[in-house]
Amino acid sequence: MDSIRNFSIIAHIDHGKSTLADRMIQLAGLTNSRTFRDQILDTMDIERERGITIKSQAITLPYRAQDGGTYYLNLIDTPGHVDFSYEVSRSLASCEGVVLLVDAAQGVQAQTLANLYLAMEHDLEIIPVINKIDLPAADTERVMEQIENELGLDPFGSILCSAKEGTGVPDIMEAIVQRIPPPRGDAGKPLSALIFDAQYDAFRGTVVFCRVFDGIMKAGQAVRFMHNDTVYRVEEVGRFSLVREKKEQLEAGDVGYLIAGIKNVADVSVGDTITDDHRPCAAPLPGFKEAKPVVFASIYPIASDDYEELVVALEKYKLNDASFTYQKDSSVALGQGFRCGFLGLLHLDIVQERLEREYDLSIILSVPSVRYRFILKNGETVYIENPAHYPESMSIEKAEEPYIRATMMFPEQYLGAVMKLCIDRRGENSHINYPSPERVELQFELPLSSVIYDFYDSLKSLTQGYGSFDYDIIDYRESDLVLLDILVNGEKVDALSQIVNRAVARERALNTCERLKEEIPRQMFKIAIQGAVGGEIIARTTISAFRKDVTAKCYGGDITRKRKLLEKQKKGKKRMKMVGSVSIPQSAFVSVLKSDKG
Amino acid sequence: MIPDNNTSTLPGLYIHVPFCVTKCPYCNFYSVTDRSAIPSWINALRREMNWYKGEFEHFDTVYLGGGTPSVLSPNELAAVLDGAYEAFTISGDCEVTIEANPGDIDEDFLSFLRDTPVNRVNLGVQSFDDAVLAYLGRRHDSEDCRTSINLLRNSGYDNIGLDLIYAVPGQSMKSWKVTLEEALRWKPEHLSCYELTLETGTPMGRRFADGDVELPGEDERYDFFMTTSERLEKDGYIHYEVSNFARRETFRSRHNMKYWNHVTYLGLGPSAHSFSGNRRWWNHASVERYISDLEHNRRPLEERESLTDKDLRLERVFLGLRTIDGIDGNDPALFDPPANNILQQCLADGLLEHRAGRIVPTRRGLALADQLAVLL
Ligand SMILES: Nc1nc2c(ncn2[C@@H]2O[C@H](COP(=O)(O)OP(=O)(O)O)[C@@H](O)[C@H]2O)c(=O)[nH]1
Ligand code: SF4
Ligand SMILES: [Mg+2]
Repeated sequence: MDSIRNFSIIAHIDHGKSTLADRMIQLAGLTNSRTFRDQILDTMDIERERGITIKSQAITLPYRAQDGGTYYLNLIDTPGHVDFSYEVSRSLASCEGVVLLVDAAQGVQAQTLANLYLAMEHDLEIIPVINKIDLPAADTERVMEQIENELGLDPFGSILCSAKEGTGVPDIMEAIVQRIPPPRGDAGKPLSALIFDAQYDAFRGTVVFCRVFDGIMKAGQAVRFMHNDTVYRVEEVGRFSLVREKKEQLEAGDVGYLIAGIKNVADVSVGDTITDDHRPCAAPLPGFKEAKPVVFASIYPIASDDYEELVVALEKYKLNDASFTYQKDSSVALGQGFRCGFLGLLHLDIVQERLEREYDLSIILSVPSVRYRFILKNGETVYIENPAHYPESMSIEKAEEPYIRATMMFPEQYLGAVMKLCIDRRGENSHINYPSPERVELQFELPLSSVIYDFYDSLKSLTQGYGSFDYDIIDYRESDLVLLDILVNGEKVDALSQIVNRAVARERALNTCERLKEEIPRQMFKIAIQGAVGGEIIARTTISAFRKDVTAKCYGGDITRKRKLLEKQKKGKKRMKMVGSVSIPQSAFVSVLKSDKG
Repeated sequence: MIPDNNTSTLPGLYIHVPFCVTKCPYCNFYSVTDRSAIPSWINALRREMNWYKGEFEHFDTVYLGGGTPSVLSPNELAAVLDGAYEAFTISGDCEVTIEANPGDIDEDFLSFLRDTPVNRVNLGVQSFDDAVLAYLGRRHDSEDCRTSINLLRNSGYDNIGLDLIYAVPGQSMKSWKVTLEEALRWKPEHLSCYELTLETGTPMGRRFADGDVELPGEDERYDFFMTTSERLEKDGYIHYEVSNFARRETFRSRHNMKYWNHVTYLGLGPSAHSFSGNRRWWNHASVERYISDLEHNRRPLEERESLTDKDLRLERVFLGLRTIDGIDGNDPALFDPPANNILQQCLADGLLEHRAGRIVPTRRGLALADQLAVLL
């Protein structure tokens, strides 16, 4: 156990976590540079393209230290986005220490802090690392000051590094061995292991990633997943180098994987405790939370013939994403589909993109919604995340919506602009801190519904890219809610219905109508687009009709050419959704989704 | 027997005369201005006729198009017609049309033409406004038009068609109305009124693509279209196809109807297209290739295609919706089932209507024929 070190790298997005992980893997000799792919831990295409790590993974790095001993450094990668902060916390619970990476040019950002706090909650040893010192804009002095003043860490303990060029990486490895304590635990005690991730393998079923705290886990053993209360027989345990490496057993202190004939990733909950079925531990490990979706939207196939394909795609997708939920839903306008739950908008984006890319589906998403709470006159409390299930307005005693505490960091000069943004989004109870003279940490309580759309984008552009953002859901608060319907030629497009605060209903309605007007091509009939609350029209636009669209000459030779042209146009039409007699392109739904604000 | 509306199911013969004196800057038809190749073109044409000898039952239309067939001398024209009559069976009541340019025809030419089977002349008037004619780069003026029409009438031609163009850059509605009125005074049996369409391959089309030419907007083009249709119908003309009007049903262009009704036609000459059953084929758009291929006993084919049932269906819909004969309202296979909504809306909105078991476009529907075809 003394030769094991369990650690994570934590950082604000883009500060170089994946790049540093790559360097460490190279240094450990797991790969020679010829076969080395950049950012080896980010296995999914989307992660590569977006440069974010969505699913955490773990890898064991053998390392020969200066003291002559061989150590096994278990690097547990963590997702770097606010949507996935629970998964981050489970990864951290599996470690004894972290490498806290700070970009030498950008300095400390909101997620640097958020991640640091998480690490502190778990009592982890923290090794500050200043990365990207090769950049001309690198300002290590300033970052050292931030580390001291804003993070409250000893700046002289920080390591200077360029993950890109490899400088400082051996120092980091050495510090991990010297400064992070080896895991404690007792292999003789009953088994307790923490699940921090799970992945689907087409041949073996679910591969569970875990950290063993006490006891031993090996093939043949009957294990119980305490929270889910399911029992499996262990088929294989091991650790990861670049591929799975089967081992005799995992014991207290180890990080590794477990294969036990588990069919679905959804059967496994991150944060659950694994124990021995015959000799269980006294209590599960603390901190279990079910990863609950907070953003909901319906998914429909553009062509209703594609419904079956969508069913299959969702089933397959779900295999590997336990925090994604879905259930049958149907829309008058869009037909059969699914109501889906996501951890946040980024999660939603990722799911949409993967369905389209990996399963070659054309889908339409309804306007995303949070989960509202209604206390009805009959005393009942209902949670509604689908505008289609909005309660009869007469029956509502009180309506509430979820609030978050947002933490933003940015240079002081943007304070006015960001304050205004937050107030526009119905923010309240602001708190301002000055962790250092020219930097502001601003906290606001905001309705979740007002940040799920483009809040982060707005923040970024207001602060010229310097603003960072993190949030926690805090509670439900009373809100004057209404159901906004969108009508196209008098027909309700239920996928565009939205639950909104009355104060913003009109603006939202106008905005939606304008967006649709921009995206719906002119057609043969005049198209009226209206926003309505409780039958009252509060916004309207019209798209004038096409009047002339015909080729003047169509003689002999023209016919083949003309037919091909029409075929192409017909294909384009197929990618649109018919609502009544109006063809609405997918882009129209997307534009409404992207542009709304609370 | 040919029914009242002059449609038939017998094949038609098209002959492309690929020569013009000058090239109009908007024109997308294949033609060359070097006329020295006319004799060898005639030889090649006669060889091509022999290729198809016996392949078709008799034709009941012959159409000499181009290009400018009226650039041919009487002897050359005689050679072309004789060739066709020798190679093919051509019915007695055949509609034989020649396209002619105003100014090309004089008394001598007409007295010759009267002795040929040509019984219909389509005159490329384009406009009675000299400014518009100049803009279009035509080599004739409005006076030439008047002279030609007079000559034609005096020589006894009782089936004349005039081609006109509207929505020319800079052309006012007033100018167009003046042209329409004058055209009506001549009481032509047939009128073709085309909206100017600029193709990328033409000099004017290139100027348009570069932003140097501005075409009237959709609303204006719609006004031109509607004004034309309403005015001509007022004088009893039948708006039987998007751009075509007949003074009486019997004066519809029997030949052009074949294109829109999927009737067999054989096209001879460079760039000419042919259709039979489910096959289309067309010739090289090159006089040289055409001549040399035929001199070497090769068919001068550029390409051929077989139409699937789906292709044919789409063609039936989009061609049908261009004419007031419309499409078969009882053939469910013609429509995409999801289009039913749209069909109903089009009927309700007066773009289409039911007539004698068919679904036919109204005047406003004709203006949207391409859209309708995409949606239905
Ligand atoms: N110049 C420089 N660029 C770096 C360094 N480390 C990472 N980067 C770049 O910073 C960007 C973000 O890095 P990445 O490892 O994906 O960050 P992550 O989001 O924390 O995983 C990438 O373009 C890297 O190439 C460094 O030491 N120097
Ligand atoms: S419009 Fe007629 S005359 Fe002018 S170039 Fe074309 S074919 Fe020749
Ligand atoms: Mg990364």
